[in-house]
Amino acid sequence: MQPEKLVMMANQIGQFFVPQHKIDAVAAIADHLEKFWDPRMRAGIVAHLEAGGAGLDPPVRQAVDRLKHKTADRRQGG
Amino acid sequence: MPLVQEIDYGTPSAKSGKTVSLSIDGNRVSVAEGTSIMRAAMDVGIQVPKLCATDMLDAFGSCRLCLVEIEGRPGTPASCTTPVQQDMVVSTQTPRLKQLRRGVMELYISDHPLDCLTCAANGDCELQDMAGAVGLRDVRYGYDGANHLAQQKDASNPYFTFDPAKCILCSRCVRACEEVQGTFALTVQGRGFDSKISAGIGEAFLESECVSCGACVQACPTATLIEKSVVEIGQPEHSVVTTCAYCGVGCNFKAEMRGEELVRMVPFKDGKANRGHSCVKGRFAWGYANHRERILKPMVREAVDQPWREVSWEEAIGRVASEFHRIQAAYGTRSIGGITSSRCTNEETFLVQKLIRAGFGNNNVDTCARVCHSPTGYGLKTAFGTSAGTQDFDSVEQADVVLVIGASPTDGHPVFASRLKKRLRQGAKLIVVDPRRIDLVRMPHVEAAHHLALRPGTNVAILNALAHVILAEGLVDEAFVRARCDWEDFSEWASFIAEPQNSPEQVSRVSGVPAEEIRAAARLYATGGNAAIYYGLGVTEHSQGSTTVMAIANLAMATGNLGRPGVGVNPLRGQNNVQGACDMGSFPHELPGYRHISDDATRQLFEDLWGKPLDDEPGLRIPNMLDAAVDGSFKGIYIQGEDILQSDPNTQHVAAGLAAMECVVVQDLFLNETANLAHVFLPGSTFLEKDGTFTNAERRINRVRRVMAPKNGYADWEITMLIARAMGIAMNYAHPSEIMDEIAQLTPSFAGVSYDRLDELGSVQWPCNEAKPLGSPIMHTDGFVRGRGKFMITQYVPTEEKSSARFPLLLTTGRILSQYNVGAQTRRTGNVVWHEEDLLEIHPHDAEQRGVRDGDWVKIASRAGATTLRSRVTDRVAPGVVYTTFHHPETQANVVTTEFSDWATNCPEYKVTAVQVGTSNGPSEWQEHYRELAGHNRRVAKDAAE
Repeated sequence: MQPEKLVMMANQIGQFFVPQHKIDAVAAIADHLEKFWDPRMRAGIVAHLEAGGAGLDPPVRQAVDRLKHKTADRRQGG
Repeated sequence: MPLVQEIDYGTPSAKSGKTVSLSIDGNRVSVAEGTSIMRAAMDVGIQVPKLCATDMLDAFGSCRLCLVEIEGRPGTPASCTTPVQQDMVVSTQTPRLKQLRRGVMELYISDHPLDCLTCAANGDCELQDMAGAVGLRDVRYGYDGANHLAQQKDASNPYFTFDPAKCILCSRCVRACEEVQGTFALTVQGRGFDSKISAGIGEAFLESECVSCGACVQACPTATLIEKSVVEIGQPEHSVVTTCAYCGVGCNFKAEMRGEELVRMVPFKDGKANRGHSCVKGRFAWGYANHRERILKPMVREAVDQPWREVSWEEAIGRVASEFHRIQAAYGTRSIGGITSSRCTNEETFLVQKLIRAGFGNNNVDTCARVCHSPTGYGLKTAFGTSAGTQDFDSVEQADVVLVIGASPTDGHPVFASRLKKRLRQGAKLIVVDPRRIDLVRMPHVEAAHHLALRPGTNVAILNALAHVILAEGLVDEAFVRARCDWEDFSEWASFIAEPQNSPEQVSRVSGVPAEEIRAAARLYATGGNAAIYYGLGVTEHSQGSTTVMAIANLAMATGNLGRPGVGVNPLRGQNNVQGACDMGSFPHELPGYRHISDDATRQLFEDLWGKPLDDEPGLRIPNMLDAAVDGSFKGIYIQGEDILQSDPNTQHVAAGLAAMECVVVQDLFLNETANLAHVFLPGSTFLEKDGTFTNAERRINRVRRVMAPKNGYADWEITMLIARAMGIAMNYAHPSEIMDEIAQLTPSFAGVSYDRLDELGSVQWPCNEAKPLGSPIMHTDGFVRGRGKFMITQYVPTEEKSSARFPLLLTTGRILSQYNVGAQTRRTGNVVWHEEDLLEIHPHDAEQRGVRDGDWVKIASRAGATTLRSRVTDRVAPGVVYTTFHHPETQANVVTTEFSDWATNCPEYKVTAVQVGTSNGPSEWQEHYRELAGHNRRVAKDAAE
């Protein structure tokens, strides 16, 4: 999928969760991506991060990174 | 099967809790204080003769037929206008009364055509019945005197005629228009003998303000106002109660039949959503079911530029199964998916998602709620724990303040609008938040106290500012918040709302709404008594749609306006079963009952019953499917009853996505626009041709009952079963009731629902289970479903879609009363007389600047594309804002809309598109291209095989 569109969508999610003071925004963004994005979309945003992650807002970048490791852990865990 | 006969009690029921006992013709009867004698008599089966009275209308007392005698009182009072009193002794039939009534009837009949045998109302005429009831045998006055028999019939309305020669001036039509519909289009013109019923100021019905709701036709006791279908076909001989297949109000109708032919749809008084009322769509616009363009045979083709070829069901279903199997073998399990239909039943929707999850082996299922109310699901689930509105429609009768935001109920939800207008006429106050001056802002006997005409895209800012005022002025219901909500969340939210960015003055700069107007509206909402919020797609179809829903929930929680009648948060759902489609697991991340697909325990329940492992990963949403198709990873789709090429944003992108797929299967009534890019067409069935249930905007599960055999051979649920079986999935339901039993078995909020229960109760609002066996009219009465109500911080984030020098205007789109969604149904009915084409509303100032005159062809262009349509110069829209509808494929308004979408759900931002408008002398490039493509791709081979 077009990385620009995925970046825009991910940053939009970040814009909602970052101002929520009581919750861990990075965790919430990662959780939203995991719960609502199809695996190929998640793979797309992870691949974009691995390619430098241009355009990703900082907390979103962290969330995608967390997603990347979680996916890797899941694969390893079978 | 006989006609369903409803008792007419003559006058409305009284609401008093106090009981009064009296004697009527020797029968002792106890009724609520305030009940009329006429109604009390009917309670014990005594029908007092009447003509001007009917229980849908307040008593009028004009016909003088319902006279009674009361012991100890002089004269013969009208039983409709005389309330009962304790120990009253009433006689309804005495020699004096008989003589009086016969005299009255003589006068009526002396000026009435004596053509009963050839009259369309023969057998269904109250005047005829009353002549019989009073024993009229002769008219002493003769028929040669001055009369009204030569008056001309008005046949201008496409659905009913008005024959003043048959009018008895009972005023029931005028009062129905006022009291039930609230349009005030009819009046009694002239005085005395010259009196006559008039639409507007002597206009024809079609030219008048009449909205063709049918209330006057229903109220008419003679053939003066009568359906053209009854004139053409004759009186019905049996009827079945069913549910309208148009908007989310979910009106119950009696489908009145003669054999297998539908004669008319009559609103059902016991319908709990509509209470006996209707709109032009449900009442009259059902002719599409027999339209000549309806496709009744399956069709296939190898490529979309080939003509369609009619084939047998076996061949068509076989093609679907083999193509989907081939695609999955070549591109992977997740390379296909499907779209459930919000126009189909719960049972059909449930089966489609079951086919996809258990048969396709993935969760690539979505529904049209994606492009309308998906943010409602997300927002309300976050705040309250349930993805649905909090009230029943009856609740509006107890509202003191109504805030309508991003909705035009008189267009989109007309029967609810009538109930709302009735409450407003009783004194409730109205706040409208909408960029456009919707009808409710000012119409006969209704005027909004405040109209916050905000700039498109600033809903969140306005709602935050309303909350800011409520907090700053100490209007929070702290007791409610402490008792029912998370106090820490509230405190965080309150700190945020108190920030200067949310003050009316700051928000005024962003929204264009004067600060004092914001303050006044906030005060009214917080202090005006029971305050209810009703909202529509003007809330959800934004990049901050879900945030807006949460901001609405915050406002209701902060003021304690939840958990009782008269208040609440009420999404006005667009399509007839969009609530049900969501409930039934049509979203790619949720199983039926809004349970996430990753939840192992829930998934296990379904796996055990269905005997198939389910994918634990969320699937693609509709826009994601199209993106994935363009990228090459999504290759096949089964679309039941939705026309994404016309309804979804950025038409050219949708077309590219469909064109990139190897197998597009469309199941619909007509060759819709999406079918132009399809490979298999499966003819669908109408709501008249199947059993099932629809769930309306108030969570009410209503029965849909089959009144005729499917003209295409199969109900839609049967077609899905055929596909499932061809793909190796065991689906063997003999009747939709069995599907509902499975839904109840798997879905806690439906655990108590069955067809027997629905037949017993008429309808039921979920949750309906062991704890709530009679359903749940009002949600969150004792506590929120999620426990404590959750305040979320709703930071206003301006949309990326911004006006610029190149695109200086903001386009917002919507609907009109006479048309429905993409118009596939309503464009094939008489409703086209009111809306033959989509028009672009533009403010006189903007029109002047561009040299655009009313009715000119104009080109509207955005970053996504351009289309042309005619202009309507009007100050209903503010300067800088233009508006159009999306009912006609010739216009394809969605060529212009963009792919910006809600952050949480991908619901498209239909309500904000930066555009430029200029005069035009021809169709846009896309329109020309599409017209050619549609003409080519819609061909059906003449040498059809079957």
